Amino acid sequence: MTYEFVRNFAGTWGLIYLFVVFVGVVVYVLRPGASKAAKEAANIPLKDES
Amino acid sequence: MKHLNATIILALGTLLTVFAAAFAYDDLFRIHAIILAVHLGAAAIYMARLVKVDGSGEVEDKSGYMDGPIRIGVILTVFWGVIGFTQGVLIAMQLAWPVTNLEPWFNFGRMRPLHTSAVIFAFGGTALITTSLYVVQRTCQARLWGGAGLAWFVFWGYQIFILMAATGYLLGITQSREYAEPEWYVDLWLTIVWVAYLLLFLGTLFKRKEPHIYVANWFYLAFIVTIAMLHVVNNLAVPVSFLGVKSYSLFSGVQDAMTQWWYGHNAVGFFLTAGFLGMMYYFMPKQAERPVFSYRLSIIHFWALIFLYIWAGPHHLHYTALPDWTQTLGMAFSIMLWMPSWGGMINGLMTLSGAWDKIRTDPIIRMMVMAVAFYGMSTFEGPVMSIKAVNALSHYTDWTIGHVHSGALGWVGMISFGAIYFLAPRLWGRKELYSLRMVNWHFWFATLGIVLYASALWVAGITQGLMWKEYDPQGFLVYSFAESVQALHPYYVLRFIAGLLYLTGGCIMAWNIYKTIKGDVRDEKPMVAVTSNAKPAE
Repeated sequence: MTYEFVRNFAGTWGLIYLFVVFVGVVVYVLRPGASKAAKEAANIPLKDES
Repeated sequence: MKHLNATIILALGTLLTVFAAAFAYDDLFRIHAIILAVHLGAAAIYMARLVKVDGSGEVEDKSGYMDGPIRIGVILTVFWGVIGFTQGVLIAMQLAWPVTNLEPWFNFGRMRPLHTSAVIFAFGGTALITTSLYVVQRTCQARLWGGAGLAWFVFWGYQIFILMAATGYLLGITQSREYAEPEWYVDLWLTIVWVAYLLLFLGTLFKRKEPHIYVANWFYLAFIVTIAMLHVVNNLAVPVSFLGVKSYSLFSGVQDAMTQWWYGHNAVGFFLTAGFLGMMYYFMPKQAERPVFSYRLSIIHFWALIFLYIWAGPHHLHYTALPDWTQTLGMAFSIMLWMPSWGGMINGLMTLSGAWDKIRTDPIIRMMVMAVAFYGMSTFEGPVMSIKAVNALSHYTDWTIGHVHSGALGWVGMISFGAIYFLAPRLWGRKELYSLRMVNWHFWFATLGIVLYASALWVAGITQGLMWKEYDPQGFLVYSFAESVQALHPYYVLRFIAGLLYLTGGCIMAWNIYKTIKGDVRDEKPMVAVTSNAKPAE
């Protein structure tokens, strides 16, 4: 495994992989129907009274 | 049999460190081992006196959560805060009046890492461990995993790391890596403590009763995992002797520089940002008594922040031997960081949407809002400074120090103060804080201190940068370095005064928390007149 190989891998497949995962996260978070679950999650700290 | 195991472990630890001192390879290691042995021995004696063979004296927290370490943590956070701010004032004084450098132990070179580590790792780190253990229990509806032993080990183990780091700096033991000055054996100890911390946090997440993992825990977990990775890689080194202080880094040249700033900038990104964002996402909604503005934005904030931050380090090495593409990459990612940072800031501020009057009526909310505002300001300034053209002027000047402090005093300090004011009455079962008006005084002392600090160092940094770059028509430098130092004297005095203001605020907090724990309530006029006719803003 040379420097060139790691450098090229990171700049191509690594970059694409991370970018696709990130876009996937955004799509998943903003998908229709996610707002109800998000509202419930947002209230988690306020449910606890101790 | 409570405390018996702890006593035995402490006694064994004392014995080991005594041996280490006896067979030490160098004198510094011997002194360092003796310091540790004295502390461990004292702790062993203290614990031995608490041993109850019949099993009596077991006190369970009424809340069902394990709050013992968290109570001590609140006290120690306040304590380290005051110590760290005092250190800052002292080194500001040393820069303004060089005669105050007391060689060899108390000169600027040793006091400076003492200050940075005291505020980042002692104050900030204790605040993060303390609040993370509080938040993970409350949002998971679960008691800490691993029993009392693990939680106390993480807690006191981390304090031993602080003790060893701080005494080491004063003795002159350092590997001179920014924000990672402790030598190899202290680094190894921190690694053990940190892995235990990760297990404690993960274990508690696994046994949660709440199905969803609240976003604050994601930020805390990212902080714990990433710091573990950064710490291990940055501190890879070969010691000269297993009983000596000196070690040599595994990397050399520009790779070593890059490793250090990959660590250094992500210490800012994951220690001073992600961890404290976890604090923001829990304590701000709690204090405002409303859910976070947009939970979905908080998830995007999280992923965008951690995807981008890790690449920003090279902006510390502009115009060095680092390859150009790496410098440009660091700059590009720093600029992209604007988006998640401001998304997070807006999310925090808009949590008050519909309850803006709380900024007027609740000084704790005011403190948190100021923290988030400074988060926004310093994450705006940072990307600007990472641009190579701007960096040509700003790098190596006091502008950088001013920028760090607007983030550290403004964001990290203020959000921690807010969390401490929230926690103290609840952890000791008091109805309210000793004094809300004193919180207000703290707020104004701290805010004025930060504003004075940042503006004094803007002027100082730009003065410095311009003087260094001033050429005459023949192409010679106009100013000598010493002349640029002389020009900064007034700003260094201003910085000292600014530090004093911030420290005064910290002392007011220490008194307020002490009285709150004692259970006193100050006889004072309420913050907002009860008979006021003013209507809350819509």
